[in-house]
Amino acid sequence: MRGVSQYDARERQYTLKAITVPTPGLDIPFRKQVLDNGLQVVVHEDHSCPIVAVNVWYHVGSKNEVPGRTGFAHLFEHLMFEGSAHHDSGYFEPLQQAGGTLNGSTNSDRTNYWEVVPANALELALWMESDRMGFLLPALTEEKFANQREVVLNERRQSYENRPYGMASLALTEALFPEGHPYRWATIGSPDDLRAATAEDVRAFFRRYYHPANASLAIAGDVDPERALALAAAYFGEIPAGEPPAALPSAPASAVPSRRVIEDRVELPRLYLGWLSPPMYAAGDAELDLLADVLATGKASRLYRSLVYERRIAADVAASQGSRELGSSFQIAATAVPGIGLSVIEAAIHEEVARVRAAEMTADELARTLALTETAFVSRLQTVGGFGGKSDQLNSYNVFLGDPGYFTQDLERYRQADGGSIRAAAAASLDAARCVTLSVVPAGQQGLAAPDSEAVVIT
Amino acid sequence: MSAVDRSRLPLPGPNPGFTFPVAGRQRLPSGLSLRTVERHGLPMVSLALLLPAGSALDPDERPGLASMTADMLDEGSGDRSAIEMQEALARIGAELDTETGPDSVVLSLSLLERFVPQGLQLLSDIVVSPRLGAPDFERVRTLRANRIRQLRDVPGVNAEAVFARALYGPHPYGHLPIGSGASLARMDVDDVGGFHGEQYNPSRATLIAVGAMDSARFARHAEEAFGAWQRGAAGAIAPPGPAGAAGGGPAAPAPARRLLIVDRPGAAQTELRVGHLGEPRRTADFHALVLLNAVLGGHFSSRLNLNLRERKGYTYGVRSAFDFRTMAGPFSVQTSVRTDATADAVAEILGELRGIGGARPASEDERSLSVATLTKGYPRNFETAGQIASGLAQLALYELPDDTFEVFAPRIEALTAGDITRAARAHLHPDRAIVVAVGDCARIRRGLEAAGLGDADVVAADL
Repeated sequence: MRGVSQYDARERQYTLKAITVPTPGLDIPFRKQVLDNGLQVVVHEDHSCPIVAVNVWYHVGSKNEVPGRTGFAHLFEHLMFEGSAHHDSGYFEPLQQAGGTLNGSTNSDRTNYWEVVPANALELALWMESDRMGFLLPALTEEKFANQREVVLNERRQSYENRPYGMASLALTEALFPEGHPYRWATIGSPDDLRAATAEDVRAFFRRYYHPANASLAIAGDVDPERALALAAAYFGEIPAGEPPAALPSAPASAVPSRRVIEDRVELPRLYLGWLSPPMYAAGDAELDLLADVLATGKASRLYRSLVYERRIAADVAASQGSRELGSSFQIAATAVPGIGLSVIEAAIHEEVARVRAAEMTADELARTLALTETAFVSRLQTVGGFGGKSDQLNSYNVFLGDPGYFTQDLERYRQADGGSIRAAAAASLDAARCVTLSVVPAGQQGLAAPDSEAVVIT
Repeated sequence: MSAVDRSRLPLPGPNPGFTFPVAGRQRLPSGLSLRTVERHGLPMVSLALLLPAGSALDPDERPGLASMTADMLDEGSGDRSAIEMQEALARIGAELDTETGPDSVVLSLSLLERFVPQGLQLLSDIVVSPRLGAPDFERVRTLRANRIRQLRDVPGVNAEAVFARALYGPHPYGHLPIGSGASLARMDVDDVGGFHGEQYNPSRATLIAVGAMDSARFARHAEEAFGAWQRGAAGAIAPPGPAGAAGGGPAAPAPARRLLIVDRPGAAQTELRVGHLGEPRRTADFHALVLLNAVLGGHFSSRLNLNLRERKGYTYGVRSAFDFRTMAGPFSVQTSVRTDATADAVAEILGELRGIGGARPASEDERSLSVATLTKGYPRNFETAGQIASGLAQLALYELPDDTFEVFAPRIEALTAGDITRAARAHLHPDRAIVVAVGDCARIRRGLEAAGLGDADVVAADL
């Protein structure tokens, strides 16, 4: 029997390699140029739709904030839409007038800004992006600052405070990362810190982080690359070079495992487990990403099948490798059904985690997760702009790896993973003794929490 | 290149041309309609199967049945269990997306081109011959009951449920597709089998494929996969139009009060819906209403957002929308605001609804900005195979002509500021708008009542 099953596994492995190797379209040709002031410019040509995406990354995020000013990188991002020296009013209107759309976002590692405009409005988008990179501060007023602080406080209320389980990510972040770690606070920040921020903070932050040497510009779409590079040089070349910010000191190695509980306005309790895990693109990162799928994506995944489908102790389950620059976290969350306490959920999850640390997944599980990964990968390449589109991805690879054309190698990271490397990554990171445990329970029902949890309040 | 001119914004060059996709149409002997658009480039194909079997067809005593039925489709077929079905989908890299709205169910798969034949076969197994077995039904029912338990704590879902009930009463649009816990408890597996047998009919279904596959080959694979789908009995009976709508049905009783509060003591914000009955998708005023809404609340630089977010700082964002459906859907303003600004926010919203048809008609600048936003950016909606497939599903569902995309920009551009005012006067009714507020009743009730809305009814969403 043993011989047969091994043979069978090899057969499937072979089939798997045969189907996943030839994927046309993954090669994303680009031109890259570095301006004298240090700005990196990447251009990719795609004429399938008469639109062009302009995407700027600043290598600054909430990890660069200082205690007492959490949430500041994101608040700053809002001010980038409120006008610059030569266009001192909202950034939406002229771009919308040209048929464009625009947005921006902040996370712990980077802040991005993008426009997607009809191909005839590329110059307008570059004009505006360069004006706020070079000339934001003259347009900054106390009034704009006060207004956007209110908007951000409302964003926090809407997306975290008033949302079921919305405060869990904040509590888990604080539990996972030790004092002094740049990831110890959530990007949205604390309301007190947001209220304490001043317009002077904005000026200092801008001078330190918002300049060409800390930025990467990607242009993707219906463009002539020569013209795009020339326009980028013209609009951004005149912005003075800044001092590249020093890299953050390497972060403390591990968190102290803790067991915490918070109360929320929810009917069903939910358990979150978190482990520190290898940084984005480091060995084990792709493996843990695949493992998250095997554990919790779809009804055939291990945790869904066990907790939701068979034992029926959980209403839902999720897992993710949250890949970040300085260090990632692997998280699992499951909501208990009525009548089930989180101690039962905790034991059931650890049982499944122990299995993936002890033994390799089946060849079929591996083939399924790779097929899903490949489809998602190619699917993202359908769009030139926006969050996650080709321009955003070019910038991501460029900022984090110095290679905008990492697409094929990125997918290769996943294809190279096998049962052995995934098991090894799980064994290295997902030790029960290093797990952070957070229970979210209905108000007044701390008895439903995982045992020995300390009550904390997140505001 | 010489120094750039920062004294003015560069003017865009001539608009790039764009050819909108027109679907090829075929029909299988079973009656199943096929619509295809070929797009070569990335080796991807988006499939969508549209059935006009949405929550408006829920029986009176079974709100949520259409959605429950759609949920049960991928819980096994023939010899394949629910788990095996999921494994088969994953092996071809596919994740099934099932969306139940008031008018339709749409099942979508996004696939690498080489997996299309298997994808079609699985889609057929799911739609044509689902098991709909009793043990799976019980399991899925429990999952949905727990899902509803969680939704009861989501402010936006409470607001939507109360708003729909206030606007439509017992009409089929008066409940959310998810239904309610009470209705779910009454359902049995035969309800699901009955709904499937009656409503999942090939002659009313449309199968859409967009991407790297030629139409003839797609039709062959579709015939192989779906050829055996039998025409069912012509079951569906279209529900009546809502009260007060053009061509509408019986008048629903107007709610006794226009201010409805769902109490959420200590809530961090107030979730708001303000609005009334709108118009169906096929209304002759469609383009005028799209433009009116753009000026009022359809994008970032619209009146509502510039006022409530950018000037007042009451909210992270606010939008308005006409939800165009087969029958008259709702018009609503949607936002979530700071608790102590609740009454002011509602007063500002009602002020904007009044102003645009009255003292502050759309200016030429506003008209031109919204026209530009809607038209020059329009090709962006046809970039991916999935976007085109959704667009085609809308055409099929509302029986719109093939040139619908092509004529959109010229029709919007032809509208004047006067047309916007006329549309506002005919279709916005601030004085009878319903206001739903989900928030801390003790802190918001008095202010809202004092804002001229009359006494509040404090209600529950009854999810």
